[in-house]
Amino acid sequence: MADEALFQFLHNELLQYVNNTEGGENENGRCVSKLENMGFRVGQGLIERFTKETARFKDELDVMKFICKDFWTCVFKKQIDNLRTNHQGIYVLQDNKFRLLSQLSAGKQYLEHAPKYLAFTCGLVRGGLYNLGVKSIVTAEVSVMPACKFQVMIQKM
Amino acid sequence: MAVCVAVIAKENYPLYIRSVPTQNELKFHYTVHTSLDVVEEKISAVGKAMADQRELYLGLLYPTEDYKVYGYVTNSKVKFVIVVDSSNTSLRDNEIRSMFRKLHNSFTDVMCNPFYNPGDPIQSKVFDSTVSAMMVPSC
Repeated sequence: MADEALFQFLHNELLQYVNNTEGGENENGRCVSKLENMGFRVGQGLIERFTKETARFKDELDVMKFICKDFWTCVFKKQIDNLRTNHQGIYVLQDNKFRLLSQLSAGKQYLEHAPKYLAFTCGLVRGGLYNLGVKSIVTAEVSVMPACKFQVMIQKM
Repeated sequence: MAVCVAVIAKENYPLYIRSVPTQNELKFHYTVHTSLDVVEEKISAVGKAMADQRELYLGLLYPTEDYKVYGYVTNSKVKFVIVVDSSNTSLRDNEIRSMFRKLHNSFTDVMCNPFYNPGDPIQSKVFDSTVSAMMVPSC
């Protein structure tokens, strides 16, 4: 299980580094978008590897299922707990115990820092989808600490 | 074996193309370009009728008098095209398949290189040597 710890530590350092170089508290937006862009590139590379052996996807839903099951398992060692969609291009992926938040206090204490911890993963999902030919906007929200929701908005071309 | 190997991006522009008789390079560019229509056709056909046939390897795209053109599409819609000499009848389907698999593996490595920008022409030496191994020794 050493590889998981490595990723988590690296991710934490990444947050700290980006936060420091981007000017700290008041530059939160830039910090988040920088992390998101890093995730985007990583997601593109990862999806190229993960889909090497899989059959071609039928449609958008098929792609989203792949993200929820295989992609999430490879990165976070668990599947997405709940996938919902309105069948009009909006998907909500709910993870009840998101790995990158599981080390933080479950109370409300660090709630304001949560967006930083999710930015990289948003990029990861967006990059993965982009490489599979689905352009999207991915946002995340946390209401109770280790649980979070990722909202994927597909942009029609 | 192969006389021309090409990698085509999602948006249908070449990422990498290399052929063996270098004086005929333009002809191979045309050949590869023409084959993209057949690739497109095969992919869209999969969506409708042949739901079970969803393999990445597309098989023989079309034969011409001198060459046979084979195709392969990754899940990220990057196309690989291999052109082989028709006179080479000993070449089995399985060998073509394994050539594509090698090509795909090598391409994945290129994609995972953090210094490579997705969508740029491929300039990796490792990729180059993988392709060279698949080509006929140039005379």
